[in-house]
Amino acid sequence: MDAWLAILMFATPISLAAIGETVGQRSGVLNIGLEGTMLAGAVCAAMVALWSGNAWLGLSAGIAAGAALSALTAFLCVSRPADQVVVGTGVNLLAMGLTGAWFRSLFGQSGKLFTVPTLPKIGGLDPIAWTVPFLALGAFVLLRRTHFGLALRASGESPKAVEASGRSVFQLRWVGLLVSGALGAAGGAHLALVVSSTFAENMTSGRGFVALAMVTFGRWNPLGAFAACLLIGYLESLQFSLQAAGGGLPQELLLALPYATSLLALALFGRGGRAPAALAIPYRRSG
Amino acid sequence: MLRASGLASYGIALAAGLAVFALFRLSPVQAVATLIDGAVGDRFAIARTLLKATPLLLCGLGMTVAWRAGVYNIGGEGQLIAGALAGALAFEAGGAFAGTFTPWLLLVLGAFGGAVWASLAGWMQSYRGVPAVITTILLNFVMVQTLLWLVSGPLQDPSLGVPLSRRLPHDAMLPRLDRQADLHAGFLIGLLLAPVLWVILYRTFWGLDIRFAGSNPDAARANRRPIRLVQLGAMALSGALCGLAGGVEYAGSLGQVGAGISQNWGFLAIPVALLGGLDPLGVVATALVFGGLFAGSEDLLRFTPAGSALVAAFQAVALLAFVASRQGRVKPVEAEG
Repeated sequence: MDAWLAILMFATPISLAAIGETVGQRSGVLNIGLEGTMLAGAVCAAMVALWSGNAWLGLSAGIAAGAALSALTAFLCVSRPADQVVVGTGVNLLAMGLTGAWFRSLFGQSGKLFTVPTLPKIGGLDPIAWTVPFLALGAFVLLRRTHFGLALRASGESPKAVEASGRSVFQLRWVGLLVSGALGAAGGAHLALVVSSTFAENMTSGRGFVALAMVTFGRWNPLGAFAACLLIGYLESLQFSLQAAGGGLPQELLLALPYATSLLALALFGRGGRAPAALAIPYRRSG
Repeated sequence: MLRASGLASYGIALAAGLAVFALFRLSPVQAVATLIDGAVGDRFAIARTLLKATPLLLCGLGMTVAWRAGVYNIGGEGQLIAGALAGALAFEAGGAFAGTFTPWLLLVLGAFGGAVWASLAGWMQSYRGVPAVITTILLNFVMVQTLLWLVSGPLQDPSLGVPLSRRLPHDAMLPRLDRQADLHAGFLIGLLLAPVLWVILYRTFWGLDIRFAGSNPDAARANRRPIRLVQLGAMALSGALCGLAGGVEYAGSLGQVGAGISQNWGFLAIPVALLGGLDPLGVVATALVFGGLFAGSEDLLRFTPAGSALVAAFQAVALLAFVASRQGRVKPVEAEG
């Protein structure tokens, strides 16, 4: 496979999550539950694809599961003023526990290896991966060049001004969270259906958190986040080629590379960007 | 501390959690009976409960300090592992020497290792503007991979074919309280540290600064409190407590380091701390409850292969229902008002 295509394929799950999360954070909501959302998307996609034999049906089921989880988050964090980190942590734990319990009650304690139907390939790559660059561009245009995008960004910067202009902060943040959840779950589904074509417990192994880091690294710009994710995709593809070549580094340290790189990137460039002013602050209507 | 509305929230949390068992076709009554029997049914069960509560208590106390300071430490898992590894590395480097002071030295090293690992995230939040909620998680993954590498390479016991470190000799382990259930002195350490932490938080200037930084950072800044340093310090203490949990698991219950050194304790300690109201004494209570749940869930396996994964789901649903029923008021300052 062409090296560039491999990078794009490996980058697709976290890119989807990071692009969605950029939109969500721009609206003022920090979705810490992104990891759990990806995991729920992965398990639902894998299970439905396995039962129906249709990968597209699996993808839809995964996205629906992610949207449901982010609706729960939105109810607690937007409609009610719950702390976003607390709820996100709860959502992660919920997804981990439910998928783990579901998986074990189906396949027993030790689990089982199986292959799920995968998506067709066009020009060496699946259709979801092909859409990711356009999705990043689309999200960029949406945020920067449309009235809706302006309102969405304003609800993350100055929610009071949004309400004064007659828009509902609650509505905008609901939309932001649903986009974040649906794309995050689509990322998880892609991971299960295409990248690994199977499901294992906790298979997202922190990709949701890496995606969160990439939103910061990409300076809350969908194109920046996508570029940052390509770097992670490169590191992930590197693991396979270096492993195959039998390079000197132990496999475990190669696996740690994406996380360590994210940390280094944040330590070096984290301060340059400016987070949305009202990020993670619940909005309450006064009066 | 507890009010009527608070008690109602705990009731709602419990009821919602029990619905999880029904979802997996397990009669809630039967599940609860099994859990209670496995948690406090006899002397052995109680000892197992205390054993499971130990890492939850220590990590829960760690989470409490950091979260009270407004630093969302989600890296208890990595800090726990860092603590255990610090001890194991020193034990190897010292030529596997064991004396009466060895277990206590392992605990000190554990606390130190955890503190260093957490301070990395604390430094990045305080001085590089990167929120700990992101960095601690990334640090978890780096530490887990480091653990897997060390125990299958430099730290692996050459006489074993499996990725485990050399077993500590008997006199390098913490004193045992109950041989059959492996209960060790670690639980008493946690029980002792809870009131100490309470005094730090509520009766010292540093504790005041910690709570000030967490509840109203703008006011704290306006009063020229050194927020950054306070938060970094809180993070170091938080990591020290989680690292201590790692040292306790190593020198107390397991005796060697492997991939299973932590059963997600650092992660599960977050709901323990939150449901305990981010209060050290409340955390003792929730750690005991969840310790009992984990001890009891070992028996649940007889009814469903889902076993302990169900307990994580139970915890999550209980936490979310608790948050929902309190209109989101989980942050300590508002919860006390």
